[in-house]
Amino acid sequence: MDLYEHQARQLFEEHGIPVPRAEVTDSPQEARGIARRLGGRAVVKAQVKTGGRGKAGGVRFAADPAAAELTARQMLGTDIKGHRVGTVMLAEPVDVAEEFYVSYVLDRTAGGFLAIASAQGGMEIEDVAATRPEAVARIPVDRAEGVTSATAQEIAATAGLPPQTVDVLMRLWQVLVREDALLVEVNPLVRTGQGQILALDGKVTLDDNARFRQARLGEHGERHQDPLEAAAAERGLTYVRLDGEVGVIGNGAGLVMSTLDVVAGCGARPANFLDIGGGASAQVMADGLSVILSDPAVKSVLVNVFGGITACDAVAEGIVSAVDTVRLTKPLVVRLDGNNAARGRAILGERAHPLVEHATTMDGAARRAAELAHTA
Amino acid sequence: MAIHLTKESKVLVQGMTGGQGMRHTRRMLAAGTNVVGGVNPRKAGQNVDFGGRGVPVFGSVADGIRSTGADVTVVFVPPPFAKDAVVEAADAGIPLAVVITEGIPVHDTVALTSYAARRGTRVIGPNCPGLITPGQSNAGIIPADITKPGPIGLVSKSGTLTYQLMYELRDIGFSTCVGIGGDPVVGTSHIDCLAAFQDDPDTELIVLIGEIGGDAEERAAAHIRDHVTKPVVGYIAGFTAPEGRTMGHAGAIVSGTAGTARAKQEALEAAEVRVGRTPSETAALVLRTLRAD
Repeated sequence: MDLYEHQARQLFEEHGIPVPRAEVTDSPQEARGIARRLGGRAVVKAQVKTGGRGKAGGVRFAADPAAAELTARQMLGTDIKGHRVGTVMLAEPVDVAEEFYVSYVLDRTAGGFLAIASAQGGMEIEDVAATRPEAVARIPVDRAEGVTSATAQEIAATAGLPPQTVDVLMRLWQVLVREDALLVEVNPLVRTGQGQILALDGKVTLDDNARFRQARLGEHGERHQDPLEAAAAERGLTYVRLDGEVGVIGNGAGLVMSTLDVVAGCGARPANFLDIGGGASAQVMADGLSVILSDPAVKSVLVNVFGGITACDAVAEGIVSAVDTVRLTKPLVVRLDGNNAARGRAILGERAHPLVEHATTMDGAARRAAELAHTA
Repeated sequence: MAIHLTKESKVLVQGMTGGQGMRHTRRMLAAGTNVVGGVNPRKAGQNVDFGGRGVPVFGSVADGIRSTGADVTVVFVPPPFAKDAVVEAADAGIPLAVVITEGIPVHDTVALTSYAARRGTRVIGPNCPGLITPGQSNAGIIPADITKPGPIGLVSKSGTLTYQLMYELRDIGFSTCVGIGGDPVVGTSHIDCLAAFQDDPDTELIVLIGEIGGDAEERAAAHIRDHVTKPVVGYIAGFTAPEGRTMGHAGAIVSGTAGTARAKQEALEAAEVRVGRTPSETAALVLRTLRAD
């Protein structure tokens, strides 16, 4: 899970990394009060989980509390790259002398963690990495050993960072390990005109799998803006809304992604991604189907299940129970293969519903669902 | 021959006495797997009956190896305890640990894979369906009745896509199918399996299944170009999937690839791998390639 900037800032502060004073709010009136507490002037920063915020007008300077209120009012509720601005953070302005970049990130290829650091921090860091790779230090970190003061000194020296950053580098590693993070990034890490080191902006990605030992993951709980995504999340389903007309439900992320591709290849557009996971029960299937059927954009639904540990008869029971409860108005094409497929098909056959069709192959099912979406 | 798993393999199951472990041990035995024992310190000395066949429970992996000569362990242990289970197996000197468990924190996976590697234990997974050598042995949860022995080696991140391709090609059959798992960090890569299939006399053709994210497929393509002489047919899922998370600036800096399905397809095709647009087209490419030989 990606954190908002203000959540990352709070984590940094708790781990002793120096950050500017700041507060977060969803109200323009409160923004005025916060600016006053910060000494009058403030940087107003839209809280959205996307890059390129500065260039999109999501970071603006306010010279006094009245300007802070006005800026917050203008910013709240707007859209930055598809993300609605629900809150703004007001931070004390900082006199920046130098901008650095530091992060620890999971290196999937190496199966370990990597320190990345550069004396050329700021918004153009990706360009710097692409055009002048020698200006960006990449140093693998042995997770068992961690970032000792010797490691931190090596990172700082290689990247050309001042020695005062060593303490931040060590503390940032503690954030990564203690919080089960996959990414901790400070960009920019700045040296102020007064010589102070400050983490001005940060990005943290926490590992959802660590929920059982990280209470904080629950506190930071994702609020889904899309009501269908929220409904699916409540039922523990992996659902992503897309912009098409064929609802897709299947088992396993790979097979569902593949199903989306096959639907697209038939000239239709998938309306969603929905993975019921491995070993799904009838209830899970019924829940998933009712989420998709409640989407007004959906014209037809494709169920594609290859049962490994998932039993196709349970899937069929789930379909029957969903169809019974929602009063089906959209055609459903079902393809079942693998574990207990014959029993699953028999269950659907017995309760023959005029809007439920059976298909024998994945391609045939996708073709038929696309056809039905077009004629609907 | 096959790769990593044969009828000679002696298989321990860590977490055998749990719900998942019981169900899949039963299925592994039915598929002909030589399951020689389970591991559970609280149930050591017991015997679990699987339809007339008793399987002993050992107190530790080391005890299991001493008593049976086991050389494979299949791990069904829940996420909070999975790291310790693999560390124990590596300390006991097991050559292969197949980790089925889904939901292990990445920090634990990094720790367990590097620990196992230092002790010479190969880890397959985590969050994987395991591997099957049809007609010989099945270590994990891949359905054993889809297909039969044959000349195709298959390596995939995705479980259900593995089953789909096994099903499409069920009349040809497979040497070994390996589900390496879809987590960001896994113990065995596409490349490890490509190298093993290249050296396996039973494998004539390799099917490589990938999906969006990371750069494993791009790296596999480079390996194929330089080291694989057997024909490889590829399939990539996720052309219409929405763009995933970018991991800040760091993600792009680390991998240097967009990780899109298109980028992966192009990398594979540049290495002369034929890439199917759908599972069925991929199967058709496999048939055409085998007939042309």
